[in-house]
Amino acid sequence: MNAIEVNDVHKSFGELHVLRGIELTIPRGECVILLGANGSGKSTLIRCLNGLARPDAGAVRINGELLTGAGVRRLRRLRRQIGVVFQHFNLVPNVSALQNVLYGALGRQRGGLLRTLPAFAPNELRERAMACLDRVGMADYAASDCRHLSGGQQQRVAIARTLLQNPEVLIADEPVASLDPRAGRAVMELLIEVVRERGMTVLCSLHQLELASEYGDRVVGMKAGRIELDGARQSIGRASMSGLYEGVVRVDHAPSHAGVAAAAESA
Amino acid sequence: MQSSSASNSAPTPPPRFKRPSMFSWAVGLVFLALFIQGVLVVEVTPGRLAQGAVNLVDFVGRAIPPAQKDLDTVGWAMLETLYIAIVGVVAGVVLSVPFALLAARNTTPHVLVRVITRFLIASMRTIPDLVWALIFVVAVGLGPLAGVLAIVMDTIGFAARFFSERIEEVHPGPSEALASTGAGRLSVIGGAIMPETLASMTATSLFSFEKALRSAVTLGLVGAGGIGVELAAAMRLYNYDEALTIIIAILICVLGFEQISSAIRKRVI
Repeated sequence: MNAIEVNDVHKSFGELHVLRGIELTIPRGECVILLGANGSGKSTLIRCLNGLARPDAGAVRINGELLTGAGVRRLRRLRRQIGVVFQHFNLVPNVSALQNVLYGALGRQRGGLLRTLPAFAPNELRERAMACLDRVGMADYAASDCRHLSGGQQQRVAIARTLLQNPEVLIADEPVASLDPRAGRAVMELLIEVVRERGMTVLCSLHQLELASEYGDRVVGMKAGRIELDGARQSIGRASMSGLYEGVVRVDHAPSHAGVAAAAESA
Repeated sequence: MQSSSASNSAPTPPPRFKRPSMFSWAVGLVFLALFIQGVLVVEVTPGRLAQGAVNLVDFVGRAIPPAQKDLDTVGWAMLETLYIAIVGVVAGVVLSVPFALLAARNTTPHVLVRVITRFLIASMRTIPDLVWALIFVVAVGLGPLAGVLAIVMDTIGFAARFFSERIEEVHPGPSEALASTGAGRLSVIGGAIMPETLASMTATSLFSFEKALRSAVTLGLVGAGGIGVELAAAMRLYNYDEALTIIIAILICVLGFEQISSAIRKRVI
């Protein structure tokens, strides 16, 4: 059975057509790397996969069950099966790393929020949370306020939160984009290790082509809201991956001709 | 040569001053007219101001030295004022939280609920605490309960507005992360939004208490309990030395709490 099925999904923000008929199927246990330039629609697609964004048209199925148009109860049930790792970690500030990991059990734990607070959480849940922190090398920081952790450490705590959630599917939205290359590689290695251990299905968006070439069973490339590339990692060359980033106009740093002339003269 | 050619090609900077628009002129003239009319209506004249200064000197002369009898009565009245402020603010702050959640864009269950709640909060804020006290004196009679209820209303109007604005400023990321685990709406609010807003809410609550303490003093003037009742009686009976004792007690109490509140805020934020 397929873990993720996306059929003809469209999404617009006002005049901007971000997703243009996305078709994507990911079998259970497969690790897929999603590539594409900024604005290609990767993040919007990922947000559509767990209901954080609603597609304008098309269907998303998780383990065969329709997510698009799901009511609150079904959406919550489906979300328990999908772990998300975010680019900016999305940890709750002012609370400890352990508390953030315990939040991973919010969807499954009876008693809701109260039973995931460190003071009231059952011993068994606290032990599992500590085991998850230990798995990502952060057990010594269990009591630390997340604001005082480095980016790499915060992303490890976020991965531990997902481990406690224990989902069948993991989607990661540029999980190493906010980290330096060394920390990024270490976090990526950890992420791939833990998902392999648990046999999770993974869809992970990345910008780093070298990481995409190393990890993942399959590479999917997006450009201008469409899937332009889809194939086994070994069969897709670096040139094809680089092609996804060609022709992308970057206007944000382009100075005017007059500005260039004035700067040159004053130099 | 290079620098002159650079300055020749430099773009013209915008003018230093912008000419006011017709609208700005019109608004300015209206306010000026209202100010002049106000000065005439309230009869701000040099003669009256001079007479006021003479009366003030007379008041100070009769008030000094402050009376030292009935200090226990003043003390008890001050304590009652503190109780009015504490009970009113605690109840007001607790009630402000649900009001704020219903009024904030990112936590309200429906836009209509948000509009109605914001209207209620604005109403509570717009009606002055003295007017609330007058209303509650009619409803529950003279005494501290009317003062407590007036402070509850005033605190909700003040605190719920700031709470809701802080809730709207919360970064959506942690809420999305918790919602992604399958958590319910209340768990997301309690788990992601409240921890981030708690420090700011504590600071706002302390400000509310400072404000309520000052209000509790004046509420007594309309019969809503506290030290204001004693102050009003002393002033009416021309016992200015007793009035000065009460004013000094108020000053010590309010300034003392402001220092404590400021120290707590520094630790919390």
